[in-house]
Amino acid sequence: MNVRVWGCRGSVAAPGPETMRYGGNTSCVEVRTSDGASLVLDAGTGMRPLGTALATEGVREVHVLLSHLHLDHLQGLGFFRPLFDPDVHVHIWGPPSPVQSLADRIALYLSPPLFPVRLSDIPATLTFHDAPETEIAIGSARVLAAAVTHQGPTVGYRITDGGGSLCYLPDHEPSLGVRLADLDSDWISGFSLAHRVDLLLHDAQYGDGEYPDHVGWGHSCIEHVVEFARKADVGRLVLFHHDPYHDDDHLDELRTAAAVRLGRGDDAVQLAYEGMHVTLGRDRAP
Amino acid sequence: MESAPQKALVLIVARELAANLATPMFLIDAAGDLVFYNEAAEQILGKSFAELGAISALTWGEMLNLTTPDGQPVRRRDTPAGIAFWHQRPAHATLRATAFDGSVHEVEATAYPLFAKAGEMHGVVSIFWETSGS
Repeated sequence: MNVRVWGCRGSVAAPGPETMRYGGNTSCVEVRTSDGASLVLDAGTGMRPLGTALATEGVREVHVLLSHLHLDHLQGLGFFRPLFDPDVHVHIWGPPSPVQSLADRIALYLSPPLFPVRLSDIPATLTFHDAPETEIAIGSARVLAAAVTHQGPTVGYRITDGGGSLCYLPDHEPSLGVRLADLDSDWISGFSLAHRVDLLLHDAQYGDGEYPDHVGWGHSCIEHVVEFARKADVGRLVLFHHDPYHDDDHLDELRTAAAVRLGRGDDAVQLAYEGMHVTLGRDRAP
Repeated sequence: MESAPQKALVLIVARELAANLATPMFLIDAAGDLVFYNEAAEQILGKSFAELGAISALTWGEMLNLTTPDGQPVRRRDTPAGIAFWHQRPAHATLRATAFDGSVHEVEATAYPLFAKAGEMHGVVSIFWETSGS
């Protein structure tokens, strides 16, 4: 499968010369399975250019897998061109809520006065699903979701296809109130999704010195994401959900700190950036 | 590679709460096993969780030798935790508990089931408030 990052900024879009290298668009990752199915992880502002690319390609079915409904993960949905094509079928998956359907919660954003078009007026065929807590097939991929520690209902995803595996945990605070190093792995939020995946895209919003002022905000610092990746024994760690106040140079410093902490060589940790492309599994070039 | 087994998130979050709470708190999973108790609860039990580890449903009910304040035995399913587990509703009672070291503690016990979604119970939280000890 092919994985492409269209947005990796956290909290709010942060365009500008100081974020040029890693990008200012919020969370959106495209996954193209080995049989060509189109999956989109989150609907941040990176979804706008992705939608243009998919419309140009003529894709007729898209699965949008939402981790949660905070605006930085949803704002691009209204600008996703396939939504405005009546010949396109868009499946939207998201965390279940005991009180409101996924469609009703999304409609809070896709309706006046926050947005000029109502969800019910979208031309594309829309189907809403609860994120799959038992593994399902989408095209050639197997997709599994699980609730994870963040603010409000939030899930992460594990996608396997063609011998490759990806875990997506863009907003995640598994260390809240505990020391990961002291916990058995089955007590760690997100562990089952991340265990031994080839590629982990994980929240790394804060530097270690910033975290004490942000405990409970739902995000991880470098120490925590590295410990999580170590416990889960992942192949490659990609730092994701960059803080909007962190410029490119600061992100480079955080990556270096993470690589040193992980101790598996400089290549074991990367920063997500717009346009980043990773091929996993049998599609990978020899 | 299959994903690894993991506790339900509500249990994970409840454990995080318990670990940071000064009130004795016990955590029971959907199978009825005692899967965690905090340091404050260790003082009532007389043994640390690190010593005992997770305890099967069959064993842990007898561990505290729970009685009414006047010494009448209380069946496990009639304790607040038992009611919360078997009847899936909150419950409260005044009880006496005997620790491993023989000390007796009178406690107000409150238990409630943990639901992630309607009809899907992942376990029970039981909190003890010590009213006296001897």
